Amino acid sequence: MALKIGDYKTDVHNDWCPGCGDFGIVNSIQMALAEMEIPRHQTAIFSGIGCSGKTSHFINVFGVHTLHGRVLTFAQGAKISNPNLEIIAVGGDGDGLGIGAGHFVAAGRRNVDMTYIIFDNAVYGLTKGQASPTLKLGEKTKSLPTPNTNYNVNPIGLAIASGFTFAARGYSYDVRQLKDLIIAAVNHKGLAFVDVLQPCPTYNDINTKDWFSGVDRIDETTKKAMPRIYKLEDTDYDPVVHYSDETELNQKKTQAIVKSLEWDEKIPTGIFYKNELITPYTRRLTDKIPNYIENPSALQNISKNNVPITKINQILDSYKV
Amino acid sequence: MVTDFTWMIGGPQGSGVETAANIFSQVFSKMGYQIFGKREYYSNIKGEHSYFAVRVSEKQIRSSVKGTNMLIAFDAETIFRHADDVLENGIIIYDSTLENVKVSDVITFDNDFKERLGNLLKSKNKEDTVKGILELASENGTSIHSVSFRSLLTELSEKLENPRIKNMSRMFNVLGVSLSLGLLMIPSEKLTESVNSTFSKKKSIAEMNVSAANFAYNYATAKFDNIGLKFEEKEIEENTLLVQGYYGTSIGKIIAGCRFQSYYPITPATDESNFLETNEILEINEDRPGSTLVIQTEDEISAIGMAIGSSLTGVRSATCTSGPGFVLMIECLSWAGINEVPVVITFYQRSGPSTGLPTRHGQDDLMCAINSGVGEFPRIVYASGSVSDSFYDTTQVFNYADIFQVPVIHMMDKFIASSVTTCQRFDETRVNIDRGKLLNEISSDNYRRFEHTEDGLSPRSKLGLENGIFWNTGDESDIQGHISEDPVNRVQMMDKRQSRLDYILEKIPESEQIVKHSEGDFCVVSWGSTQGPVLDAIEMLKNEGINIGFVEIKLLEPFPKELLKKSFSNSKTIIDIEANYTGQLGSLIRQNLEKDPDYYILKFTGRPMTCTELYHTLKKIVNGTAEKREVLTYGA
Repeated sequence: MALKIGDYKTDVHNDWCPGCGDFGIVNSIQMALAEMEIPRHQTAIFSGIGCSGKTSHFINVFGVHTLHGRVLTFAQGAKISNPNLEIIAVGGDGDGLGIGAGHFVAAGRRNVDMTYIIFDNAVYGLTKGQASPTLKLGEKTKSLPTPNTNYNVNPIGLAIASGFTFAARGYSYDVRQLKDLIIAAVNHKGLAFVDVLQPCPTYNDINTKDWFSGVDRIDETTKKAMPRIYKLEDTDYDPVVHYSDETELNQKKTQAIVKSLEWDEKIPTGIFYKNELITPYTRRLTDKIPNYIENPSALQNISKNNVPITKINQILDSYKV
Repeated sequence: MVTDFTWMIGGPQGSGVETAANIFSQVFSKMGYQIFGKREYYSNIKGEHSYFAVRVSEKQIRSSVKGTNMLIAFDAETIFRHADDVLENGIIIYDSTLENVKVSDVITFDNDFKERLGNLLKSKNKEDTVKGILELASENGTSIHSVSFRSLLTELSEKLENPRIKNMSRMFNVLGVSLSLGLLMIPSEKLTESVNSTFSKKKSIAEMNVSAANFAYNYATAKFDNIGLKFEEKEIEENTLLVQGYYGTSIGKIIAGCRFQSYYPITPATDESNFLETNEILEINEDRPGSTLVIQTEDEISAIGMAIGSSLTGVRSATCTSGPGFVLMIECLSWAGINEVPVVITFYQRSGPSTGLPTRHGQDDLMCAINSGVGEFPRIVYASGSVSDSFYDTTQVFNYADIFQVPVIHMMDKFIASSVTTCQRFDETRVNIDRGKLLNEISSDNYRRFEHTEDGLSPRSKLGLENGIFWNTGDESDIQGHISEDPVNRVQMMDKRQSRLDYILEKIPESEQIVKHSEGDFCVVSWGSTQGPVLDAIEMLKNEGINIGFVEIKLLEPFPKELLKKSFSNSKTIIDIEANYTGQLGSLIRQNLEKDPDYYILKFTGRPMTCTELYHTLKKIVNGTAEKREVLTYGA
């Protein structure tokens, strides 16, 4: 029986604010899972803390709502132990790029084959609107007493610099594109990062849905709003690292970082960078442990009728007097 | 004939002190002796002073003694630091070229030590040189054997016609141990065998060291006066192992089926993870090879986070750390607590507070292990007293974690971690594996992870199991694992989790909670690695007709209050022995038994207790001349 979107929804009451960008993201994840027909029990959503942290409760697959900033650690531990699982980690920008920044960087270095989606709204919503790592310097969102004194992190740039082998940006009100980006991220062989611009209707009164749609920028001739967002796939931008060559790699990385810095007038979405030439962590483990993929930790028997089956004779013999 | 002998070698870190001690330990274990060695070192890579004391005995030994029978020194600092520790009729073998080195020449001395040493030499009217301190030792009855290590190398170099050897001062360690074995008239083939096995990884290096060893050995037998010590070769007791302190938990994890260990480097815990990674491919009975994934993480938060993630897939998982790493794990530990995730934290304590004495021993994290956490949740804190115990205990703590669905903190420490000892071969037939209510199959589709049951334990699914979908959250949750702030559910969930503490006390066999080693009016109560020195001290007293009881508490949380009361019932005087300042177990006893231990014997210098110190202090207590709080200070 084919799986439908409805199969991936739980009946848990969703208490996000009306108009929250998070709804679009959770819908996109459900749509992506349904389209890929991934069996529910082979999928796990790991989430961090904050509004986005509740995501795992709304999706009817294994859901592990972890701790602030720590989502990647739990998710990687599970994926490495059972590489047959499809794992999607989600969290806010404060979660992943503030308190979790160290784990973000370390995850890039490992390149574990899974997906990480950041719900990027530039504020800490659940604690009532403080500045998050992606808020621009000098901006003063609604509940800040004074303008932000920190420079912002560039999530795509940080991901690429850290070793993520896939970096994309979506927009939570473009569910169709976002769903496609999530599918591409899940299918990517390596650690895939999707930064989702997600207006917080309650606390971010600068980067609102209207702002992204360019309501403040009316084309004089057509009298229509000129959206800030445009799609990389509509341009001749090529994010893929095609061959293992330093020049190619550097060019694609640099291009992606420069592209990700476009803001204010034109904001690109889509895939910025994709490199499957870097070995995923699973392959690095296989180099040490030849049967790792067929017989990973989670599939190994450790006892028979409560008796251990691991042989330690050889080890003990080497310490025999 | 000698029956109990302590040998010590010292030198700058990186000069092969440990290698020399391993050669010595191997030789004596192969002669049928029991070994107990301990390593002391600074938090430093190269240059600071380190030393290794190896005690050998005919009978079972579990600790070090006060004082050294033989000291080997190829640097001045070793002589300055340990010469006055050499026992009456003891021996010092030292590099004669060091004679005129002054106290002030040794740049690695701490100022405090330099001052104390200076005062000592001054008060005895000795010059402040190696010569001065050796004169003092000599007056105290130590026999001094001097030999130029440099000349030995030169002669060897000429003999082998290999000019490179002349400058190989890195072989001083092998020269030192070989000189001592020559002086002790140990059969030379034992030395050759041991040097060969120590350097077995590279043949040319092994050959060179064997030449150096034999050369120094022959030098000693030819040139040193016979000191009249004789070690007889004995039959090796069957099934004896010579192990490093961390082998117990390492090999315990392998046989227990721990298949995932994440860690962040920290002394003295890292050796265990290294061991597991070195042995990552596992031989499995009638099955394809298995493996342990050993993952070095970016910090200890990630280490425990990954171990929990792994555990959720049904894997037996663990992390291994020390105090400063453990405190970083607290939020994840609390998460494992509320989500009833079995995970094992092997906690090799060192001495705090903060970074404290990072390479020294301590038992000052008991309260930290028991109390650290966000909110209230059940956990098990379990302590092992010896290398051998730690093997069996490791296999048990994984069972506890699975059966009771709680995080388990397994308390070890630096004393055990950096000891080398002979022990009985670990007995695999004593190990069983109980995974509790872990499910391998779910047929119905109404599975609920936190379903209420009679014993409070819900059947446990794992990520990837069909029909077993569940949710976890660090928030309070309902039986499915979804967030719930409902007050009625809250009470049910708290009851479900917290009732486990009583259940644990009920289900873990008494003999695994508390070990009553002996009975007496005077009764020692202790936990962890003090076991060795306490048992040895009690035996010494017993030889004098003094019987001391000893109750070792292994299960520290939940605290076996009633059982402890029962264990104390025949004792009048309770003596708490611990390697910390405040007597942390003592405070647990006060809290649970409403009784203060009558005496405390504490040590917090960062150096392990010796049986000699405990013997004297216990004797003082028995004689009624001890203070309520006795503090031990021996050790460099």
